[in-house]
Amino acid sequence: MKELLFSEIEVDEKIAYKCGLTKEEYQKIIELLGRQPTYTEIGIFGVMWSEHCSYKNSIKMLKTLPRTGPHLLVSAGEENAGAVDIGGGYAICFKIESHNHPSAVEPFQGAATGVGGILRDIFSMGARPIAVLDSLRFGNINFDRTKYLVKGVVSGISHYGNCFGVPTVGGEVYFEDCYNDNPLVNVMAVGIVRTDRLAFAKSKGIGNPVCIVGSSTGRDGIHGASLLASREFTEDSEDMRPTVQVGDPFAEKLLLEVTLELIKSGVVVGVQDMGAAGISCSTSEMSARGNVGMSIDLDCVPLREKNMTPYEIMLSESQERMLFVFEKDRLNEAKEICNKWDVPISQIGEVTEDGVLHIWKDGKKFAELKANFLVLGGMAPQYDRLSLEPKYLETTRNFDFRKLHIEKINVKDAFIKIFSSPNIVSKKWVYEQYDYQVRTNTVRISGDAAVLRLKELPNKGIALTTDCNSRYVYLNPYRGAVIAVAEAVRNVSCVGAKPLAITNCLNFGNPYNPEVYWTFKQAVMGMGDACRFFNTPVTGGNVSFHNESQNFAVYPTPVIGMLGLIDDINRTCSLEFKNEGDLIFLIGESKLEDLGGSEFLKVMYNLIVGDAPLVDLEHELKLSNFLHLAISEGLINSAHDCSEGGLAICLAEKCVYSKNLGAFIDLKLEPKANVLFNESQGRVVVTVSSDKQSKFEEAITQFNLPYQLIGKVQKDIFEIRNGFIFEVSYLQDIYFNQLERYLEQS
Amino acid sequence: MKFAVVIFPGSNCDHDAYYALKHNLGFEVTFLWHKDTTIPNDIDCIILPGGFSYGDYLRAGAIARFSPIMREVISFAKRGGLVLGICNGFQILTESQLLPGALLKNYSLKFVCKDVFLKVINNNSPFTSFMKVGDVLRIPIAHFEGNYYADEYIIKQLEDNEQIVFQYCDEFGKVTEDANPNGSLKNIAAIVNKNRNVLGMMPHPERYCDPILGGTDGKLVFMSIVNFLNKI
Repeated sequence: MKELLFSEIEVDEKIAYKCGLTKEEYQKIIELLGRQPTYTEIGIFGVMWSEHCSYKNSIKMLKTLPRTGPHLLVSAGEENAGAVDIGGGYAICFKIESHNHPSAVEPFQGAATGVGGILRDIFSMGARPIAVLDSLRFGNINFDRTKYLVKGVVSGISHYGNCFGVPTVGGEVYFEDCYNDNPLVNVMAVGIVRTDRLAFAKSKGIGNPVCIVGSSTGRDGIHGASLLASREFTEDSEDMRPTVQVGDPFAEKLLLEVTLELIKSGVVVGVQDMGAAGISCSTSEMSARGNVGMSIDLDCVPLREKNMTPYEIMLSESQERMLFVFEKDRLNEAKEICNKWDVPISQIGEVTEDGVLHIWKDGKKFAELKANFLVLGGMAPQYDRLSLEPKYLETTRNFDFRKLHIEKINVKDAFIKIFSSPNIVSKKWVYEQYDYQVRTNTVRISGDAAVLRLKELPNKGIALTTDCNSRYVYLNPYRGAVIAVAEAVRNVSCVGAKPLAITNCLNFGNPYNPEVYWTFKQAVMGMGDACRFFNTPVTGGNVSFHNESQNFAVYPTPVIGMLGLIDDINRTCSLEFKNEGDLIFLIGESKLEDLGGSEFLKVMYNLIVGDAPLVDLEHELKLSNFLHLAISEGLINSAHDCSEGGLAICLAEKCVYSKNLGAFIDLKLEPKANVLFNESQGRVVVTVSSDKQSKFEEAITQFNLPYQLIGKVQKDIFEIRNGFIFEVSYLQDIYFNQLERYLEQS
Repeated sequence: MKFAVVIFPGSNCDHDAYYALKHNLGFEVTFLWHKDTTIPNDIDCIILPGGFSYGDYLRAGAIARFSPIMREVISFAKRGGLVLGICNGFQILTESQLLPGALLKNYSLKFVCKDVFLKVINNNSPFTSFMKVGDVLRIPIAHFEGNYYADEYIIKQLEDNEQIVFQYCDEFGKVTEDANPNGSLKNIAAIVNKNRNVLGMMPHPERYCDPILGGTDGKLVFMSIVNFLNKI
């Protein structure tokens, strides 16, 4: 006989709307159930069908991405994170995720729990986190609110990552007006796991115990996913602060150790972290993957507050919790391991055969839902949204550059202005607040990509980078996304790694706005095409829509996180000059018209116009292969790619990272602004010992890559012939101290 | 000769110290658990590693001092056993009153992770026996609470008894205000107790024991310990 379902109040359209559901979605729920949902059920539908959990407006596009490859151990979207086989019996798990909305309303806890959430995704796979990268975007640096957000976000990441004991080794920090109201906080976590110890978020085995391991459940974070993360910012968003969770990195550190020990002991059937949508999400997703159900007694959930309702318990986003399904006869072993680490464990239910979630409290049944109704890949809605090419593109594309009279710009002044831009200068003020060395794997963080050794695989290493120039994506969404992938490839190649796979974090505005949706579709297509070309599949990631306020949407910002593999950790490459007299070569071609979206236009004219620079994937691939060869054979002494600010900034960066070395550069043509600051793609500056010049030229000729000898490494001075001369020590002061001056000046 | 590294809940440099001692230096090393109530007889030197023991709730190191293993570590130290506290370990040692003074929040009120230079102030300790006075070491720091503080009387005692072991300095060995990363009195980076068998240091020697990581000066601390033990 069917038990009576209990609902505290009668559910109607209005209540469904308050849970984040549209009228149509509410009707669909009634059809699916063949009855009115209970109050608890509508809450569960609200979070599970939210943009954040269901990917309802993005999944159709995401399915077009290349998501398989010979090295992928799990396909994108199937598990908590992607897993890439790196040989020797080990895999790297990695994923990037956003915590934009929480960070906008409460920067410290928002960013901290962003780190916590993505770390749990990694260690719930059985992998030990070995690195974190943060891709951060803020508004105008001169605004007090921006400074407040930067300080809060950076200290939140520092607080959580440092205490947890994972090194923060890289990322990006950009400042742009479009992020004034809505900063972007994307965190990428990377872990290593023995392939035979990969854990999966799948429930099976009728009668197996379902347990919560970790912290107790409180009222924090309710509606974090369904409302805060799935709507735009309005003037009332400040009131959403209570929906931001509070993180405890110490609890997470213990949860890490206990999770890995549980998995190693063989008692675990399946495990999933509890992040967005808490118990609702973990129970339904694990059940749906295993085609089973669960009977859950909420009276057994340890609570930190009195009188919590089933609705609140199911939706709570309290941090540092994991849902485990254990082998029936080994629950005691699991409890012993938890006791050793003093981490609470509570059985809250068991696996059932029927594919249904049964939610009980006080002897009453509050929900009875097929797991399949709730999840992505099941009955959760999937939409195609209307898309329309944005009108602004007409203006930006047809901008007439002639009226700027760029040829009249004094390049010396322009250079210093661009070099001092907060987007260019060193992010030392940020990264010195992160422990980037703990776990003693960090070989280098200063170059185009972070380099880590792997203790588990002697001599091997990995390279990690996050990349996206959102101005390019704004000006040309398809090409901008292609460039983001190409730059990531270039960055890992510059340190000597082979690009393996990517993860992505797609930050966009409101998907119900056809112009926003058009940029989304174009960017996903661009990313997919580039990843197919480089054979670097997408292992997973995250979509964050609704990044806009009443004022404007953010630039479309598809952040690419890339993993590269280093065969020999003793043969990597760094960016700084090594020896006086080394020859400086520019590989790739500079095109004087590639000024669209450049740092030059922004700094000198406050303009973001034109088209994104052209990108030639064939060339990028050849360049990547050449760098790999040149570094492994020791043909080059340094490498650095040209990105924001162009060639002049690239050279200056090489100077400031060098010890008492500078450069004499002769470009054989008048160094006007469009020569020095164009942002043509596919360019890398390398240095070569003079005795290896012929070998280098022989090799690069075989690759049929355009290159040019542009100068020599000299002592202490950076000079561009007929352009400008600076002492490197002067540039170092700007480069390493300017960000602090921007942020600490009141 | 054998090292032991204590694991507190929240320790996160425990495995780094273990790895450096075992794989970079080739010494024998084992772990001790915070709930242990005995220390094996064959241990010569105990390392309290970096991290955030017990979440550093209340104050860094304030809860760790009450853990079962610390009772044993204190009596081990009282018997003359060598104890090296690194970063959080240094904080635990001052909280346990095995070392005088306290470690306050950094002057910048920020966590700081970077390379610093250390001047060897005296080599009359088991932890510096392999160094020369005036040597300059490059070793990283990574802490929020490393600002050494003690009253004038204690500072004078530290000076009179030659208990200051490392001071923050510039790359040429000059002890300057600019070279002080956290506001420590007298640029103090490490001190030793009166009996010279307990050392606390904020910098992380275990991080610079492998050339691939960018430095090897950290090895000198561990080699000093072994050098000292070999002589007795």
